[in-house]
Amino acid sequence: MDFVANFAGILLGGLSAGTVLFIVSVGLSVTMGLMGFVNLAHGAFAMFGGYVIVLSMNRAHFGFAAALALGFVATAAISVVLERTLYRRLYRASELDQVLFTIGLIFIFIAGAIIVVGPESQTLQLPAALRGQINLGFLQYRTYSIFLIVIGFLIGFGISLAFERTRIGAQIRATVDNRRMAESLGINVDRLFTITFAFGSGMAGIGGGLGAEFLGLDPQYALKYLVYFLIAVSVGGLGSVMGVYYASLILGVFDFVLKLYLPKGGTLFIYALTILLLLWRPQGLFGKKET
Amino acid sequence: MSAAASPAIEHPGARGLITRHRLRWWETLPWIIGLGFYFAFPDYLGFGAELLAMILFALSLDLALGYAGIVTLGHAAFFGAGAYTVGMLAFYEIWTEPITSLLLAALVAAIIGFLSGLVLLRTRGLTLLMLTLCTMALLQEAANMARAYTGGFDGLPDLAIAPVFGVFEFNPLYANTQYLYSLGVLLVCFIFMRTLVYSPFGQSLTGIRENLLRMHAIGSPVRRRLVICYTISAALAGIAGGLWAQTNAYVNLSALDLDRAATVFIVLILGGYGRLYGAFVGAVAYMALEHFLAKIYPTAWQLGLGLLLVMIALFARNGILGVAEALWQRYGARRKTP
Repeated sequence: MDFVANFAGILLGGLSAGTVLFIVSVGLSVTMGLMGFVNLAHGAFAMFGGYVIVLSMNRAHFGFAAALALGFVATAAISVVLERTLYRRLYRASELDQVLFTIGLIFIFIAGAIIVVGPESQTLQLPAALRGQINLGFLQYRTYSIFLIVIGFLIGFGISLAFERTRIGAQIRATVDNRRMAESLGINVDRLFTITFAFGSGMAGIGGGLGAEFLGLDPQYALKYLVYFLIAVSVGGLGSVMGVYYASLILGVFDFVLKLYLPKGGTLFIYALTILLLLWRPQGLFGKKET
Repeated sequence: MSAAASPAIEHPGARGLITRHRLRWWETLPWIIGLGFYFAFPDYLGFGAELLAMILFALSLDLALGYAGIVTLGHAAFFGAGAYTVGMLAFYEIWTEPITSLLLAALVAAIIGFLSGLVLLRTRGLTLLMLTLCTMALLQEAANMARAYTGGFDGLPDLAIAPVFGVFEFNPLYANTQYLYSLGVLLVCFIFMRTLVYSPFGQSLTGIRENLLRMHAIGSPVRRRLVICYTISAALAGIAGGLWAQTNAYVNLSALDLDRAATVFIVLILGGYGRLYGAFVGAVAYMALEHFLAKIYPTAWQLGLGLLLVMIALFARNGILGVAEALWQRYGARRKTP
């Protein structure tokens, strides 16, 4: 029984970390799939949202839900401004310029965070209802982790439902599959992209806030976890919501287990596995093969 | 003057193509400035040696990224491989002769470059970017794990490097030997690289960058060329890393991290990629700005750097040299042809 409880505990810990990874990365996957834009600054949006959420709770005494909503709106708003003014000029540019541009944005966000908030790490004060432990029948576990897993599942389910059933979801799928054909059918790809970009960045902002409790939140956040976001996206497959969901959960569990049993260099295996997987399937687990 | 005798020469575009590999007078300028720096700023020679290693590193990236169009974010993997080769050989006093150490560093980096290139270069775009990034992270984790041999996070300090040619000793306080030695290594590597990019092999790399399909169609062994190019580029990066370890007399995990890979990427694109001298201009501009601004106010430096990168990506796609060339063609060329 002890073994089962132990195993379940590790699994839940990994799943909750993976959930945060999913919430941050899902927008990156869809926007990269849509436009083929290498947006390394996605982590910076997550950091921005995280700061808005944490600071609005700590300094302005917002409730948790209100802060999350504010984080989503603020991040979505700033991303739309950047997309309309700067990103769109680079859609047809080479990967090189896109990488350079988004690295530049990362630096600006990092410096901005240091200037406005300060270099120290911010801590998220969870509301009383989410602190402590919850009884799952066979084991006691942290309420917040369970909360994250449930929220993540709902978000993943909701987004994939919207992808499959709504008009805009169908338009996104069509554009990811074949952009030129979608454009000729009269889909306004430009507008579609702005909407998905804003939504994806907003989700990243929420993810930054939700994950601040155990990932921490400091100005280096935008760079520190970038590789993880990119692994989740490329392993899951560009433009595939469920792919990113599974990839994030797998990555989260692997990371949790390896950090527990192999504290020194456990991440080595994650990189090695990612390399092997991408060599086996360059398009990711659930991505469509390039034609 | 007869058109029939040599019609190719008569074509206005042909002259440029035929003579482009010839040495221009201004190509001696970097080396004159490099020597002048030695006499003019004796207190900054340590900084100068670091700058020269950065130029070499950016040159190596230029071969892969600028000429062959291999978009990699993990070039620090080879820099680090070279640095750790030199560092471990010197720290355990197995081999301390500097020039042969550099050759060994190049060899180790080339082997890693060849093996990883063999599998990575099947992919393109984001996948390639991710794979190069993961390879670098993998090496960094491996170096961190092998703490017993590499010193882990703290690295290997106080490397004892034998005198150059058995005569000129590395002095930790006055870096004049380090500086001239770095300048010499850079010159040799640069001549090699210049010869390479103007050779038929170098031309085929440009062809692969510009039009992959057409190179396949004319029967060019694209994959083999890319792997060879990646291997040579890795070897040059290994030399740069070895040089960095020797002149600093230490090596640590920073040789392998994302920060270093991003920096060399920025340096190259800042100067202008695919044009040999971009590495020089970019490294000087970047290091000078960093050295002086970061001391005054580090946050402002990061903000300024970010704004600069965004500006370059938006308005000056070919870096400083690209802008200079465009200005030259606009105002300089007009004077010549009335």
